[in-house]
Amino acid sequence: MKKVHKFTCIGCPSSCEIELTEDDGKILEAAGAGCKIGKDYAKKEFTAPERILTSTVRVENGVLPVLPVKSEKPIPKKLIRDSVSELAKVTVKAPIKQGAVVYSNILNTSVNVIASRSLEAKS
Amino acid sequence: MNVDTLIVGGGPAGLAAALSAHRNGVKDVLLIERGPELGGILPQCIHDGFGTVVFKERLTGPEYAERFIQKIRKAGINVKLETMVIAIDHNKRVIAVNPTDGLLDIQAKTLILAMGCRERTRQQILIPGDRPAGVFTAGVAQRYINMEGIMPGKRIVILGSGDVGLIMARRFTLEGAEVEGVYEIMPTPGGLTRNLVQCLQDFEIPLHLSHTIVNIQGRERVEGVTVAQVDSDLKPIKGTERFVPCDTVVVSVGLIPENELSEMVPLTIDPVIGGPVVDETMETSEAGIFAAGNVVHVHDLVDDVSAEGEVAGKAAARKIAGELKEKENPTKAEAGENVTYVVPQEIRKKNFDQNLKLSFRVKQVQRNNLIKVAADGKPIYSRKERVVRPPEMLSVKLPFSALEHAQVVKVAVEKDNEESA
Repeated sequence: MKKVHKFTCIGCPSSCEIELTEDDGKILEAAGAGCKIGKDYAKKEFTAPERILTSTVRVENGVLPVLPVKSEKPIPKKLIRDSVSELAKVTVKAPIKQGAVVYSNILNTSVNVIASRSLEAKS
Repeated sequence: MNVDTLIVGGGPAGLAAALSAHRNGVKDVLLIERGPELGGILPQCIHDGFGTVVFKERLTGPEYAERFIQKIRKAGINVKLETMVIAIDHNKRVIAVNPTDGLLDIQAKTLILAMGCRERTRQQILIPGDRPAGVFTAGVAQRYINMEGIMPGKRIVILGSGDVGLIMARRFTLEGAEVEGVYEIMPTPGGLTRNLVQCLQDFEIPLHLSHTIVNIQGRERVEGVTVAQVDSDLKPIKGTERFVPCDTVVVSVGLIPENELSEMVPLTIDPVIGGPVVDETMETSEAGIFAAGNVVHVHDLVDDVSAEGEVAGKAAARKIAGELKEKENPTKAEAGENVTYVVPQEIRKKNFDQNLKLSFRVKQVQRNNLIKVAADGKPIYSRKERVVRPPEMLSVKLPFSALEHAQVVKVAVEKDNEESA
């Protein structure tokens, strides 16, 4: 049976409203997105919702005490909370380069968590 | 010291302006920033969603900033950090102070103001009650958690559904605090829909529309707040009061362009948005002084802020090269039906670019719209827009030729009757 699901894209602040039409789980159409990000988002949101994980980890000897980090790719939405708890155990040492892996393969998603910024060491 | 282009503020607008001025041939560019590092607010915005226009990627705030900072370094642009402007005048003379140079007396040929905006505080919205510790603006809470590694509290009530507040609702939750709810005095949310989805819905945080805080209680520290429903005049309804125990109140009640320096010049300020009146080159009421980004009007997208900085930087280069035409009898851009404001407010009759971008916001949420632009009453542009919301900035691109002889250009968002019939 044909069904329509509404999603609001979180790809950028444009917040496109997308109507996804499916027939017994088979996606027929995703309409209303301003760009490809929205189209892909609606399909993902219907099948297996994902989010980019962003948080911080502790830093030793840095000009700041915490370092912002992100998952290199989106991870399953339901793993976000547990991933943040996992990252709470991590301490890295400054200096750090943006893009450096701070936690590899988080919760067996085969996705790495990387530094969102470079951080200098305390002089 | 003498410089060709001086940029005040090292956030996204200032970074883009400095790069653009340099790329367009200005030899002596100086960027000054009050804080200890470049990037403005971006380093504390650790969530993603930045850069979808500029880089065609979803970046975090720190990543977006770092890309620009690296370009600044590569271009060899002169930067002075921890440098605060204390005086500025219409001759483009700027007095600034910092710990290494002491007092700096700078004479600039062109000046680009990029001071950004500030958060509205508890004091500005007059919440009654005690004055305990534990009341923060959303941006301050964000800086504490994301840059200083400090948790401001354990049980949080958020007042206002602005974007930073919504983003902090999620951040507090992920860091182990309990967010009791978000209270919004207006009947519609203040933040972007995407943030309602990924920050509140994803974490089942309740949003109470048409509600406000009527009292903050606590001696040393916040012990709780009284919330109440409001009527259509935004007045609390008797009998709807409810006490909510909490140790922290986070206020996210809007941003205001930061224009102390603009007023010192003094520049003409747009009373609706609180930023300097600009033309299509981002030049203010004072020749050779440009402004870009949130200092002019508060944006949703950092990408748009960068784009404005880019325009201002290029215009400053043209000004120095003597290519910028005088602003004689400019066309005025005005807000029509369901439009709050239009930027730029003025358009020169003749200039160097082929297209003109007008940015604007609507007053109220409306479905099935026609965006219309008229030049001296004559329609020159129209486009359908399904839903318009005040938190989401809109824009139109027009050819300069359509405006050349117009006195007034008016942007209106009208109900599309064909569509709803």
